[in-house]
Amino acid sequence: MGASIFPIFFFTMVWGGVGIALPRMVPNGPQQRLMQVVLMITGACCWLFWLCCYMAQMNPLIGPRLSNRTLLLIAQQWGNPLERF
Amino acid sequence: MSLFRSEDMALCQLFLQSEAAYSCVSELGELGLLQFRDLNPDVNAFQRKFVNEVRRCDEMERKLRYLEKEIRKDGIPMLDTGENPEAPQPREMIDLEATFEKLENELREVNQNAEALKRNYLELTELKHILRKTQVFFDEAEFGLPPQMADPSSQDEQVTLLGEEGLRAGGQALKLGFVAGVILRERIPPFERMLWRACRGNVFLRQAEIETPLEDPATSDQVHKSVFIIFYQGDQLKSRVKKICEGFRATLYPCPEAPSDRREMAMGVMTRIEDLNTVLNQTQDHRHRVLAAAAKNITNWFIKVRKIKAIYHTLNLFNLDVTQKCLIAECWVPTEDLEQIQLALRRGTERSGSSVPPILNRMDTLENPPTYNKTNKFTSGFQHLVDAYGVASYREANPAPYTIITFPFLFAVMFGDLGHGILMASFAAYLVIKERTLGAKKIQSDVWNIFFGGRYIILLMGLFSMYTGMMYNDVFSKSLNIFGSNWRNNYDESTLMDSKALQLDPNSTAYFKYPYPFGLDPIWQVAENKIIFLNSYKMKISIIFGVFHMLFGVLLSLWNHVYFRDRLAIMCEFIPQIIFMCFLFLYMVLLMFIKWVNYSADTTDVKAGPYCAPSILITFINMVLFKSSKNPDVCDDWMYAGQGFLQKLLVVIALLCVPVMLFAKPIMIMRARKQHQPLMNAGHTNNAAENGDAGYQLDDSMQQVQPVPAHQDEEEDITEIFIHQGIHTIEYVLGSVSHTASYLRLWALSLAHAQLSEVLWNMVLRNGLTWTDWTGGIVLWAIFAFWAMLTVSILVLMEGLSAFLHTLRLHWVEFQSKFYHGLGYSFTPFSFKTILDQAATNAEE
Repeated sequence: MGASIFPIFFFTMVWGGVGIALPRMVPNGPQQRLMQVVLMITGACCWLFWLCCYMAQMNPLIGPRLSNRTLLLIAQQWGNPLERF
Repeated sequence: MSLFRSEDMALCQLFLQSEAAYSCVSELGELGLLQFRDLNPDVNAFQRKFVNEVRRCDEMERKLRYLEKEIRKDGIPMLDTGENPEAPQPREMIDLEATFEKLENELREVNQNAEALKRNYLELTELKHILRKTQVFFDEAEFGLPPQMADPSSQDEQVTLLGEEGLRAGGQALKLGFVAGVILRERIPPFERMLWRACRGNVFLRQAEIETPLEDPATSDQVHKSVFIIFYQGDQLKSRVKKICEGFRATLYPCPEAPSDRREMAMGVMTRIEDLNTVLNQTQDHRHRVLAAAAKNITNWFIKVRKIKAIYHTLNLFNLDVTQKCLIAECWVPTEDLEQIQLALRRGTERSGSSVPPILNRMDTLENPPTYNKTNKFTSGFQHLVDAYGVASYREANPAPYTIITFPFLFAVMFGDLGHGILMASFAAYLVIKERTLGAKKIQSDVWNIFFGGRYIILLMGLFSMYTGMMYNDVFSKSLNIFGSNWRNNYDESTLMDSKALQLDPNSTAYFKYPYPFGLDPIWQVAENKIIFLNSYKMKISIIFGVFHMLFGVLLSLWNHVYFRDRLAIMCEFIPQIIFMCFLFLYMVLLMFIKWVNYSADTTDVKAGPYCAPSILITFINMVLFKSSKNPDVCDDWMYAGQGFLQKLLVVIALLCVPVMLFAKPIMIMRARKQHQPLMNAGHTNNAAENGDAGYQLDDSMQQVQPVPAHQDEEEDITEIFIHQGIHTIEYVLGSVSHTASYLRLWALSLAHAQLSEVLWNMVLRNGLTWTDWTGGIVLWAIFAFWAMLTVSILVLMEGLSAFLHTLRLHWVEFQSKFYHGLGYSFTPFSFKTILDQAATNAEE
């Protein structure tokens, strides 16, 4: 599995907080239930969206196809200097 | 439960004493919580009890409108303090009527006087111009015909005493008469022609234009006129000329021949003009003062009169009881607010000084109550979105609270761009922060009102679009590289120089073995085969979110069944529905997750590699058609052990659910009716089917009929039930396939948006960015303006509208068809606020 534990843990915590912990902290009032539902749906949707994006890239079946100029550029700019032969 | 279900309503009877009725209705109007029913539906409008009062109110409104028109004409601003005066008592109505009458009469008088004065003024001005201009004519005439015209003793239009024959015989002793007058400039050419023809060329016309335009008293237009003078000889010509002048509506003025007379007259005219001017100004001032005084109060008066009219309209709906002492009303009332209503009634009775308290009496009824959803300024927009499709049936689950998040979220999946999201969110944030001042302005544009009314929706759409934009890593078609890409170049220099384009292999050092932590890797934005990867990703998320959205809808139908205690529906509708949906489509979603986890390029086993990774779609189709999948020899036939058998089982069970959905419920109902028949003949079943009241008691057995109000048994034919169930089943089964595919629009629109954004960047802005030198700066400035305009108009507005529409469709059709009936009617209480708002918008049109 090409997954790294830290991002999964982090984002699950964040959206879990939004969707599970925050609703408990909503103050009592006429809109309490509504705010809880809103927070829960937000947490669930956003977490699921992040998860799908993460999982789709975990085990890529194809790689990006780049022009040689782009490859040279990313080699230079993104800190992976070329292996010179 | 506030927004999750519509409020509990009760039908009440209201007994009001006649004296107290007016003030009680006034208090109830301020409260805005009752919906009155018309108890006299077949009574003509002119035969109702309070028709005279309504007529008086109409008359008062007419006078107020006349006043308003006059105030507008003068351009006096009408003060709108925003205060809400109470409806005045009936006895004060007479005072108001008197005030308006007085004002109207005064204004009409002033206007009439002003008109007469203006007419006078016009005549004097024209005379002044004539006297001035004719001087020129007479000067010329002096040269030509010395003696005849210079006779001071003769009158204007007189011929010589000798008579016509004498004239002709005398030759020189000709006496020319003349008329002078003023005519509209446009009419001069036909006037000349007519004179020439009618008088056989024997008259002489001179004309001169008046430079300044004059004000026509009747229409207050500025018109251009000309002075003319006609010389003729003889009586016949004189009468002809006069008739022609009359026909062309030229005004004739007496003009003295002698210059000294003319000078005297001119001076007299000037003084008279000045006097008239003073009087005219004073009249205008007086009119202005009257209008200004009225303008201070006119909005208040409008509100008061409209309130009185509304109260009398409502009183017309009531029934007068036999003793003529009290009025009876029927109204729908939310049960939660009964206390408030009682308080309002008490206040009204106290104000009117009546001793008898009004009685509010709850009635039991089988009728369908209206649907009342209590919304605040945030939720009302979403509630309107739902109601636009159909108002919820009484007490069924309201989709609006969930729509608050799912609507902007699904919009954002289609719109996903951080830059455009920021634009949208900041615009909506401005609207929300300034909503007080903007709301008070009462701007009349329809488009503005739509945007302003939906400001919270747009704000949420913008915020979620920012989130999905970050996930798609798309800012105006460029990506952000925050965490460092997890792909790198692992080709050496010579390989790079040799080939124009190379593909990075995920099964090599090019890929860091774990994905970009937040969103799409920035490498994909610069990749040539970006779309291939994105297609697979976006299609899968579309189906995943679609299936979850629909499952949520089916679960809401379960909640409805539980609330209405409809066990039959739970067993025969919900369970087969959920099984069908889950076993087929949720299973497909599961396969997607399995494929994401199990298949990768980074493996030595070919069976788990890219070559053998199966297409989910083909797998699904083969599953439903019971075909065995034919994979290439090297690969496994299945993704996991036992898949073949499991899939067959799932499909068989799912297909078995269809006849259950079709027949189970009608058959149960048929059996229940047969069993109930003998019981019915013995006694009455407790008619506990009081609609909308969740607390009714049911028989314990399963033979419970739907809580449809059955006044008698066998109300709904058994064949009807079968047909209804058949339609429902076909809709659901075929719908689940088509709706699942329909969610692919999430993919399609997001692809279109991304591509448009890219085209705009590459074809427009890049030309400015690649222009070097200082000229490039100026060119970039111009091109940026063009790019920004296109971005806002096409990508934000047009694409936003398009995605909004598609999201709306997804909610209305794909989501709501799983549980929503939408057969109710909405609660329209008697409220002054709504009446005044409506009247204000109608008045502006």
